[in-house]
Amino acid sequence: MGALPESVEELLDTALVAEVTVIDPSGLPVTHPLIPLYDGELIYLTSSVLFSKKLEHIKANPKVSLAISDPAAVTVEQFRRATIQGDATVDDSDLHSGWEQRVLPLWRKKEPAIDFFLGKRVALPLFFERAIIEIRPTKTFLWDGGHTDRPPKVFELRKAL
Amino acid sequence: MKPSAELIAGLNERFNHAVIAFVGDDGYPLSVATGFRAEPERGVVLLDDVAGAEVQPPEGERVNVVFSHIRPQPGVGYDERRYVSLWGALRRDNGRLELRPDRVHQWDEQEMSFFEFSERGVPQARRYMKRLSAETGRDVRPRLSFGWLFLRATRLPFLSATLVPVLLGIAVAALADDFSFWVALLTLIGGACIHLGVNVANDIFDTRSGADQANVNPTQFSGGSRVILYGLLSMRQMVLLSIGFYGIGIGIGIALAAWRGWELLWIGVAGALISVFYTAPPLKLVHRGMGEIAVALGFGPIMALGAYFVQTGEYDREPLLASIPVGILIALILYVNEVPDQPADASVGKRTLPVRLSREAVVRGYVGAVAVTFALIAALAVAGLTARPTLIALAAAPLALPVVRTLRESYDNPYALMPAMGRNIQLHVVTGALLILGYVIAIVADAALEDPPMFLT
Repeated sequence: MGALPESVEELLDTALVAEVTVIDPSGLPVTHPLIPLYDGELIYLTSSVLFSKKLEHIKANPKVSLAISDPAAVTVEQFRRATIQGDATVDDSDLHSGWEQRVLPLWRKKEPAIDFFLGKRVALPLFFERAIIEIRPTKTFLWDGGHTDRPPKVFELRKAL
Repeated sequence: MKPSAELIAGLNERFNHAVIAFVGDDGYPLSVATGFRAEPERGVVLLDDVAGAEVQPPEGERVNVVFSHIRPQPGVGYDERRYVSLWGALRRDNGRLELRPDRVHQWDEQEMSFFEFSERGVPQARRYMKRLSAETGRDVRPRLSFGWLFLRATRLPFLSATLVPVLLGIAVAALADDFSFWVALLTLIGGACIHLGVNVANDIFDTRSGADQANVNPTQFSGGSRVILYGLLSMRQMVLLSIGFYGIGIGIGIALAAWRGWELLWIGVAGALISVFYTAPPLKLVHRGMGEIAVALGFGPIMALGAYFVQTGEYDREPLLASIPVGILIALILYVNEVPDQPADASVGKRTLPVRLSREAVVRGYVGAVAVTFALIAALAVAGLTARPTLIALAAAPLALPVVRTLRESYDNPYALMPAMGRNIQLHVVTGALLILGYVIAIVADAALEDPPMFLT
């Protein structure tokens, strides 16, 4: 068993997209659709420098949330929705290949075509200069059946160190 | 940007749920999915209420409501990516939450290609890497392997534009019984260096003029190498690269001239001037709608005549005539590749032919130029002004048909034009190769037969 409730982990393992919300300098939430990746402890996202405003926002305010909400984007037997709050850090120490070593295997499982695109790196060089966002979950909300007109189950997780 | 009524109306069709994101009392953002109905006539989105005190969106405060869609493609990934992100204050109305958005951010890959979407992010990427460089004290830049970077910076695949006229000039000389392999090789290397120097110089001046930055629809055939724009190489590195190529090319040219005759310098100087002033001030030929003529001369008669001269030590009419069709076809590569670049070119005062002409005129111009090219090939061969076996080059003419069709159908869609741009390059290469083959046939016939029939001469 990982860091999250099993039913949430199942969602994370199959979801092709999650809505990731960060907070901008004015305090407004800003949401980005991204592929969530999960290794049983941390949630990983990866962002190209082309779309790096979210990275700047996270560096300024690491509090984030991630919602898995689209029934078409997950393959679980009984649909449910979840929102995970957590503390994020940005690893941009090696934009060129750090993400390949750390998250590409997880990414490949969800989007096998990424290897094809990576082979065409010369065509989109900046797209493949990428930072890793690591989210350590602190709290999870779960809506069985995806029914948000009913109160969620709430799971308090260990606080980030 | 404020969302339009049309955008709000489209939400009902394009998305099946919404996600409300807000900042909770603990300072963490919180996002909750819910159903919705857009009411464009009122400019609002009605969101279904959500249950649970802990996940209640705040009334009267600005929230972010996101609509996101993908279509999974098992074994591949997904497509049909689109999202709309709205901001505005929420208010409660008859048990629903009413959002009156005042700001929108959106992307739909069916409306804006992923390539364009990415290209629009280049300034942000440069800012991020610059900031990261300042924070970490190390130079953070994008990278490519040496081979890929060289290929990209020099636009190496376009070297066919040099190979065709040089080989044609050599073939014409060989038919006149003048051929030296090592001189041919040196000529090819010299011509290639000048060509690569031009390509790199072109990027330098297009970056300086802002043309490359303004172009958010580059393709593999148009929009330049973008290595300076992306930060893969610095302006200084590109200047040195260009000077290096020019230096080698000019050095070889001078050596060949010293060996074969200083008259070669006329051609060399003309070629060098055209290549430099193609984008460089004060002439900036490509900015004045003369880029096509410059390219036609440079990669047609000038290259072919130069290659012929170094083999034979004299100028002649035949390589000039034989290279005119090749010159027209290389100009047509530029002409078609300028079509997707036209908004960016126009914005920086680069008045290329597609900028100056209407869509219909551009297509008519292409058809006319192709017709002239193949009519010339036929007329020159039939008249005996070029080797008659070059008539086989007419077989390449059908390659122009899909180019014309795609230009007519997808003129305003840069990415749909890409196959046409590729086919247009093939038209030049295949026609050029068949012209050269025509000369090779004539050379072989001349060597093998005592009195070759007229159609093989």
